[in-house]
Amino acid sequence: MVVMEINTGTSIRNPVEPGFLRRAGRVASQVFFTPLGGIGCTLVLLILVIALFAPALAPYSPTAINVKERLADPSLHHLLGTDQLGRDLLSRVMVGTQTAMMVAMSALSIALLAALPLGLIAGYGPRWLDACLILVFDSLSSLPMIMLGLAIVVLLGPGIPTVILVIVIYSVPSYARLVRTQTLSLKSRDFIKAEQAMNASTPRILFGHLLPNVIGPLLILACLDISTVITLEAGLSFLGLGVKPQVPSWGNILSDGFSVIRSTALPVIAGGVPLILATIGFTFFGEALRDALDPKLARERKP
Amino acid sequence: MTDQMPVTSPVLEMRDVSISYSGIIPAVTGVDLLVRPGEIVGIIGESGSGKSTLAQSILGLLPETVKISGQKLALSGVDLLAASDSTLRNLRGPAAAMIFQNPMTTFSPLHTLGRQLMDLLWRERHLSTLEKRQMILVALQDVGLPDPAARLEAYPFQLSGGMLQRVAIAAALLMRPSLLVADEPTTALDVTMEAQILHLMREIRNKAGVSILMISHHLGVIAELCDRVAVMYAGRIVEEGPVETIFADPRHPYTKALFACEPALISDTAMRLPVIGGEVPRPVDVGCGFAGRCSQVLDCCSVLSPPWVAVHNTDAPHLSRCHRSAP
Amino acid sequence: MTIFVIRRVGLAAIILLIVAILLFSMMHLIPGDPTVVALGPRSTPEMREAFREMMGLDQPILKQLALYLGRLAEGNLGEDVWSRRPVLTIIFEVLPYTVTLALASFLWAVTLGIFLGCLAVVHHGRWPDWLIGLLSVGFVAVPSFVVALYSLLIFAVSLNWLPAIGAGAPGDIVGQLKALVLPSFAIGLGWVGYVARLVRAAMIEAMGENYTRTLRSFGVSERRIIYRYALRQALLAVLSVIAIGFGGLLTGSVFAEIVFSRPGLGKMTYDAVMSRNYPLVMGTVLVTSALYVTCMIIADVITAWIDPRVRSAL
Repeated sequence: MVVMEINTGTSIRNPVEPGFLRRAGRVASQVFFTPLGGIGCTLVLLILVIALFAPALAPYSPTAINVKERLADPSLHHLLGTDQLGRDLLSRVMVGTQTAMMVAMSALSIALLAALPLGLIAGYGPRWLDACLILVFDSLSSLPMIMLGLAIVVLLGPGIPTVILVIVIYSVPSYARLVRTQTLSLKSRDFIKAEQAMNASTPRILFGHLLPNVIGPLLILACLDISTVITLEAGLSFLGLGVKPQVPSWGNILSDGFSVIRSTALPVIAGGVPLILATIGFTFFGEALRDALDPKLARERKP
Repeated sequence: MTDQMPVTSPVLEMRDVSISYSGIIPAVTGVDLLVRPGEIVGIIGESGSGKSTLAQSILGLLPETVKISGQKLALSGVDLLAASDSTLRNLRGPAAAMIFQNPMTTFSPLHTLGRQLMDLLWRERHLSTLEKRQMILVALQDVGLPDPAARLEAYPFQLSGGMLQRVAIAAALLMRPSLLVADEPTTALDVTMEAQILHLMREIRNKAGVSILMISHHLGVIAELCDRVAVMYAGRIVEEGPVETIFADPRHPYTKALFACEPALISDTAMRLPVIGGEVPRPVDVGCGFAGRCSQVLDCCSVLSPPWVAVHNTDAPHLSRCHRSAP
Repeated sequence: MTIFVIRRVGLAAIILLIVAILLFSMMHLIPGDPTVVALGPRSTPEMREAFREMMGLDQPILKQLALYLGRLAEGNLGEDVWSRRPVLTIIFEVLPYTVTLALASFLWAVTLGIFLGCLAVVHHGRWPDWLIGLLSVGFVAVPSFVVALYSLLIFAVSLNWLPAIGAGAPGDIVGQLKALVLPSFAIGLGWVGYVARLVRAAMIEAMGENYTRTLRSFGVSERRIIYRYALRQALLAVLSVIAIGFGGLLTGSVFAEIVFSRPGLGKMTYDAVMSRNYPLVMGTVLVTSALYVTCMIIADVITAWIDPRVRSAL
């Protein structure tokens, strides 16, 4: 069978092209109908809907201070109660979802956009450049994540751009390394060699052939990373080093709640549960997606 | 008849045994096989013919998803089809021991050979470690392993394939088994090693009276070692009989084709290498599995399952399962 | 073996050098007066002048880098801005607390993780297996500081079983151990899930190897195959990962130390960030990177030593 394939030239064709939509449909059903994927998809959808419509859905302004009703118990007016400044917790949690998603998505997009050219250069460019880039990637990943975050915060000061920068510096090395290995393995495949033999230009090979094949695994990896990124943003905010304290975010809610933890558990629960659901949801979804699309990518995620 | 003559009661008896993966994909269909004490029986066939599956079914080593059915699958008189897990465990070793194809992966790479052989002797609880060690040393010496005491401290990767296969045979013999199932034991070895291992196996039979079921795709191995041979094709045994008569007078078209492809038997003057066109198909329910590739196919071949036909009806019958073999 | 270790150490040294250069250039890439960046707007002109002199900021940039690396080579990581004590001394004062915490988390991860992994393998394909599968993915996903907050809430605030604050009084071993339980659990839980998955995957792989079939064909019990053979192969995988992970445990202590107000590397760094104690933060980043890389070397050496195939090849 294998011999036949080579003779008819099947392996010389770019493997991405045929039956893409049909395959996508099959993958979707594979992701959704596993315990992991089912739970994951449901949670992710819920979070995305809340994030998109948070300002419309939230019953109060998340920043409206009402000192008379501080630390109120849950009631019909305030379903989750209020925090020490009398702000409605439900509204803060909902708008916090939007903050979390916005930071995560923009940071990951920037990281992906930065990692793609770096990885392609390392994989397709000259050997010495590859060696240099790999050494830098290795050094960056041997920097302890949270310490690096603290160092950047102390230099730039807290705020959403800083959080995004920390996430980008953290994710780019692993993404770029993936792009590089994919490029290296594709480079030796027949369909790229055939293009080279036909004198195709380098940009055509890079963007027409390597890119479509690299982008799938890269997106899976990014998907698996979303929960790490959400955790990072919430963690930095919890320390008071992330988004500004008045901005509603899960980390800030937890931070506020932590200071009153001896009198009421409610704010800590209100801020932590959505964070747990989000991290679990995105991890489950990402793992199911990876299992369905590319089991070989099984790189166990570390805590 | 077996009841009256316990001496010749078979060590392995299979009657109409079928094996399928997940109960859907058949691997072996309707196999009858008998191994008597002290007998060396060979099973020969191409890869994919189901012979390895058959061999592993004898010790119940197939994964749980594999379904075995049939009238009888008896090891030393104990029916395995109805056996519990603990019965099966007790049979593994004393009733039948197995040696495998690739000696390099037969043993754990992380434990010394001595440690592993000790663990295989888990039944001898009444023996001290020192006595077990002595037993192992004797067994290793018997299979001709040089410097056995040092080998006990060695890890598998430090030994050659041939040496490891000797260790595997020694381990099997430590069980004092009634039957030794050898699944392509020489395929991964070079030719000189192969000859030595085959010699060793013949000695085992002659000295210890162990029956051997030899699985191979290599005609030379079968011819050199076996008393009887069964030819397997697409999950069925298609021809069976004494080695001499089958090699001298193959009746089934598949056996003939198989012999024609054996390099040692091809004449120097042949202009083209003989081939059997096509591939081994899945086992079929009706008709002959070889019908699609047979050069002498009849109309009835694809619809009627061929019956067993006795070619030479002597003490050791030569049977063929082909419409053409019928008188 | 020696050559192998030397090569690993050499690579680690190069990585540390690059980290140091990265940190150095980070400070100089920031726009504005580096002394203001480092010391914050509240700093007095005298402090800025002292800092400028200490860091050699008047020199050309490459000279500064050389001076900086030279100081690092001598083990001089600079001085605390406020107390003027050497950074390295301060770090080594708090390091034992964090190492203890990391070791305790390590204990959680190894015992509970291996236990859950074995449990999943023994019940492979049945409900305990997939339940453990879901749980361990969940453990990995849940942020450690949320675990810290919730365990503080449940076991310290509500039930009052364990202390909520501090590391226990000096000399009070029981108190110290009690104070260790919750923070180490918070850090360790993610690793429990990670180790459980790793053990499960490695053991299932081992159970499919030819050598387990050999053992089975001799009637050796499944229990013995699992615990003596498959687990050994799984431990090999776990050990190498967890030795690398120890570096992660050290830095993962930041949140637990803050939530439980424990002294330690993480708490100290956080305080340093809050007081804009620039040399202390940078020194900590360097020291933790060094610890991290050291753990990686130790992991490589252990892995090589344990696997007889690799050991004899070295």
